[in-house]
Amino acid sequence: MYPDDLKYSKEHEWVRVDGNIAEIGVTVFAQDSLGDVVFVELPEVGTKIRQFDKFGEIESVKAVSDLYSPVGGTVIEVNSNTVDSPETVNDDPYGRGWLIKVELADIGQLDALMDSETYESSLE
Amino acid sequence: MTIVANPGDIDRRLLMDRSVPGRRAFTLPESDVPAQEMPDSSLLRDDLELPEVSQLDVIRYFSVLSQLNFSIDTNFYPLGSCTMKYNPKINDELASLPGLADIHPLQPDETVQGALRLLTSLQDDLGEITGLPGVSLAPLAGAQGEYAGLLIARAYHESRNDAGRTVAIIPDSAHGTNPASAAMAGLDVVTVRSDDSGNVDVEDLRELADDRTAVFMLTIPSTLGLFEPNILEITKIIHDTGGLVYADGANLNALLGLVKLGDLGVDICHSNLHKTFSTPHGGGGPGSGPVMVSNELAKFLPKPVARKTENGYVLATPESSIGAINGFHGSFSIAARAYAYIKALGLEGLRSVSENAIIGANYIQAGLRDKYNLAADRYCMHETVLSATRQKKRGVAGLDIAKRLLDFGIHAPTMYFPMIVDEALMVEPTESESKETLDHFIAVMRQIDDEINSNPELVHGAPHDLPVTRLDEAKAARKPILRWTADE
Repeated sequence: MYPDDLKYSKEHEWVRVDGNIAEIGVTVFAQDSLGDVVFVELPEVGTKIRQFDKFGEIESVKAVSDLYSPVGGTVIEVNSNTVDSPETVNDDPYGRGWLIKVELADIGQLDALMDSETYESSLE
Repeated sequence: MTIVANPGDIDRRLLMDRSVPGRRAFTLPESDVPAQEMPDSSLLRDDLELPEVSQLDVIRYFSVLSQLNFSIDTNFYPLGSCTMKYNPKINDELASLPGLADIHPLQPDETVQGALRLLTSLQDDLGEITGLPGVSLAPLAGAQGEYAGLLIARAYHESRNDAGRTVAIIPDSAHGTNPASAAMAGLDVVTVRSDDSGNVDVEDLRELADDRTAVFMLTIPSTLGLFEPNILEITKIIHDTGGLVYADGANLNALLGLVKLGDLGVDICHSNLHKTFSTPHGGGGPGSGPVMVSNELAKFLPKPVARKTENGYVLATPESSIGAINGFHGSFSIAARAYAYIKALGLEGLRSVSENAIIGANYIQAGLRDKYNLAADRYCMHETVLSATRQKKRGVAGLDIAKRLLDFGIHAPTMYFPMIVDEALMVEPTESESKETLDHFIAVMRQIDDEINSNPELVHGAPHDLPVTRLDEAKAARKPILRWTADE
């Protein structure tokens, strides 16, 4: 449910780091709480975001929620697949349902995030 | 071919699907003007699909549609935060009187003195009920009342050369319209947390409130259906920083004759006449959201404001008015209905409205608290917020419970709001309902909880017995079909 190789925020986003590139999405818990996702709004490539700032919106049949970036940096890629087919976020939140890729501003920011075990216990 | 008798069957065909070429619903009288040369036929469109049906086809189609309506006149409608109360029919009768129904907004004041007197009297009554004597009936809905109120707050600060106040502080439990209205009014929204009891976190508020605070917006009772016990301290904190307090009056149904918002330190509020004062609601209203303010702020009210003068009743523009916020004078026929309701009940009657609304909600809460978690385990006001978290652990969500209620002829409660409550089901019975109806609702909710153990599929698949069963809401949002197309 919560892969070991990811880091997690209390706002239920995950981040997968490869070098200085961070891939970001929402967790299984988030997509399950939201219910069926019907709309995703993502920033433009080149947007600079700060850690824990809002970077987009996700709308489900229940509610509209803000997306908060677990790390700061510059957006280098967005997954337009989730905009065209929002159900991807429900179907594969850690894979095809990733949302944005960010060039990390400061790798030290990862220290403010949770590992898989800590995140899972925070959901109890 | 055998035709099977099915008296309850509904003809579901759309009007387009009933179309027969050449059939028509009207006959035009013979033309009494000379024939004109027509433009070139290439200018005419022939690609529009329009239904060709008889008058009876049209009548049957819309009559059947209207019978599918779910309304307070047919069923229990405990939609939290929306106050779906019974609207006494005398309201409609009064509003239909020719002197009220057949007048025009551009008529000179001297020809509509009765109507202006009605508006003046309603303003006075709303001022008395809320303890905020400056009243404008202009706003056409609650959100417009909020918007007007926030523009008044801005105008007040600007009039004091204190225009650096650009922040609206709003609790995390607020109606979505509050931050939206604040943003529309050009204010920056800052969120204040709720504490564990569902109240505003006073310490958090104390840190957030400063000389940039234009206004603090609070729904009273809160969206959790709770009276804010720290309200006097809260209004003092805001006033000490120089800010104003705005009360969202969506839940005014709990306060009539019991509490005046002005006495609590509120400076500005709105009331949804279509909630508290029994005017049509749902199906588009029209709504009405009068804005009420303290004497000090009355000069900023949106125009027009009805007034009694030496020369009779007039529609006036307050001295430093924020201006018009829509065409004409607000929803006049709705104001007439609210006037009828207030005058029919009087102060004692209005007080008993709120008392019974509060008793009804607490009765339901007490009847369900062993089966359903409560958002806050204490006496509620006019609505109770249940949390279906225990049911969710057994695999059935709040949504499923709401859908299952439909099978019992009960409208679904407000779901998943306030957003700070997991699996929220917000139940507002209103004062209109009898003890028998409340008992029935409690029994049904308890039975649904049992069904989760005995037959969860029954709840998952609900509703079973309505013209439309479980809808694919995700597909409806992702791939909506917005227009009729001929079968390929």
